[in-house]
Amino acid sequence: MSEVNETLIPQLGIVTDIRTDTPDVKTFRVNALDGGKVFEHIPGQCAFLSMPGVGEALFSITSSPTNKEFMEFSIKRCGCVTDWLHSMEVGQMITIRGPYGNGFPVDTDFRHKDLLFIAGGIGLAPLRSVINYVRGNRDKYGKVDIVYGSRSKDDLVDYDEIINEWVNEKDFNVHLTIDREQEGWDGHVGFVPNYVKELGFDTDKTCIICGPPIMIKFTLAGLIELGFKKDQVYTTMELRMKCGVGKCGRCNIGDKYVCKDGPVFRCDQLDEMPSEY
Amino acid sequence: MKKMQAANLNDFFRAAAAAETVYLPVDSADGARFMKYEDGVTLSMACNTTRSAKDFFFPQVENLVDFKVDGKKIEVIDGREEVEDFVIFGVRACDLASFEILDRVYLNTPPVDSYYKNRREHGTVITLACGRPQETCFCKVFGIDAADPAGDVTCWMLGDDIYFRANTEKGEKLIAACGSLLTDVDEAPVENAKTAIRAMVDKLPIKDLKLDKISERHLLENFNSSVWKDLYESCIGCGTCTFVCPTCQCFDVREFKTNEGVKRFRCWDSCMYSDFTKMAAGNNRLSQLERFRQRFMHKLVYFPANNDGVYSCVGCGRCLKSCPISMNIVKVAKALGGEANE
Repeated sequence: MSEVNETLIPQLGIVTDIRTDTPDVKTFRVNALDGGKVFEHIPGQCAFLSMPGVGEALFSITSSPTNKEFMEFSIKRCGCVTDWLHSMEVGQMITIRGPYGNGFPVDTDFRHKDLLFIAGGIGLAPLRSVINYVRGNRDKYGKVDIVYGSRSKDDLVDYDEIINEWVNEKDFNVHLTIDREQEGWDGHVGFVPNYVKELGFDTDKTCIICGPPIMIKFTLAGLIELGFKKDQVYTTMELRMKCGVGKCGRCNIGDKYVCKDGPVFRCDQLDEMPSEY
Repeated sequence: MKKMQAANLNDFFRAAAAAETVYLPVDSADGARFMKYEDGVTLSMACNTTRSAKDFFFPQVENLVDFKVDGKKIEVIDGREEVEDFVIFGVRACDLASFEILDRVYLNTPPVDSYYKNRREHGTVITLACGRPQETCFCKVFGIDAADPAGDVTCWMLGDDIYFRANTEKGEKLIAACGSLLTDVDEAPVENAKTAIRAMVDKLPIKDLKLDKISERHLLENFNSSVWKDLYESCIGCGTCTFVCPTCQCFDVREFKTNEGVKRFRCWDSCMYSDFTKMAAGNNRLSQLERFRQRFMHKLVYFPANNDGVYSCVGCGRCLKSCPISMNIVKVAKALGGEANE
């Protein structure tokens, strides 16, 4: 039996670096036990991480597949498993299984398009994978705009990479915003949906949104107002999951399973799905 | 076609049990239930078992993997082993059809579930044509023939005789092993019995349940129907329907610590429970209305949408008998299906 592949039996990874990004977000670097990555993935795909005895939970893979050395997970502390992950130290083994989900269409629909990324808070985690994939394949994509907002400057996830790398990238425009005025912040202040409308983008862009549901809702409405069509807008969803492969039965929206038919959906596809659960 | 005297049934079970474990419906305090054959155990004459037969392939609790944790180190222990061959005797047509629905989830939609596959491959299913279908039975709605179920072997109990027909190689082998008890016979009595069973089924009260309206309609129209608001109110969210249902296949994955380490197991779960979808970010199904709608939409709309129109219901009627507030899939289908069922 043990030679038969079983997705519910995880592999092992080792945490080789822990970076504190915000007061409640840490980014964990995970390697296979013998170095390198545990598996390859597509931007937007997810993996189950667990500590046996604590529990298992699903996280989007923050790093880009163009990173050949390790995988990264930016994780907000908000429950049992994430509490434990936030308390662990470098050198800790964890279990990992995946990748799960469809991922973003980076090598098809996104190719040669101008891309507009819109993220709120920890919602940047899955988009960072796409953004760094685009940076790693720069000639295959058009101009890139990134609108990223959070509660405060301290809540912007991996601010260093944004400030030191993204803003210097060719044809990259980074627009940061925070919810309230703060000392030491001379950038934009205000919520993401309004900021997107203020910035007023060309409507030939492909948009990729991730953030709190309320942010997604108002941002999408704003984009429609600007003249975008729903089939130009992609988002990624998260619901409770136990298996990752459409069998445990809890992450469906209508007849679609977020784990395998998603987590990435185009907004016109969402219209075909129930608005509730 | 082979025949045996019903009086020899015990010898048949004994012969079969010599090679592998045999399970059969046995009367107990809470109705018939599948039990292991041992000397003295006799076959129940009840219409069907209180619980379904899904446990044989999708047990209520099942170990997935073990771990040892030592400081920062973890060891993954894959304890999967081939299960031993076993025989289930007395599976009715509805429960047999439920295996095909579970197969769609666990075998036919990748990735294959190795735990389920293991049990499925080692189980031999002996079906039993229904002698006494009940008022709660409505398998015919789903095109299931209570008079002639498939499986590895099919049995008919006619008075003092039991007729056997092997349908698969596994079935042939089993029958051959019990050969001395069986004699070759003509099929005519079985054909007569089938006609009689079908005539009984045709007189059952729910046999004409119509699902066409539900199937023809757009998914969102069913989802947004006003009937859910009226139907859900009496539901107390006990989850009994999901546990007795032969096609309910949702599971939870949980762990417990042992002296040796950590065991990770899966167990049946129910979409009727309030914490089924609860996560750190909140709960996307906060009301019983949403949970109630999910269960029936899954069976009547979502599952067919992903499975060539096959409903995730086999009309076994267990939920009709066990729901404490007398809600069930028939009432839901009638309400959702509209005037066609009035």
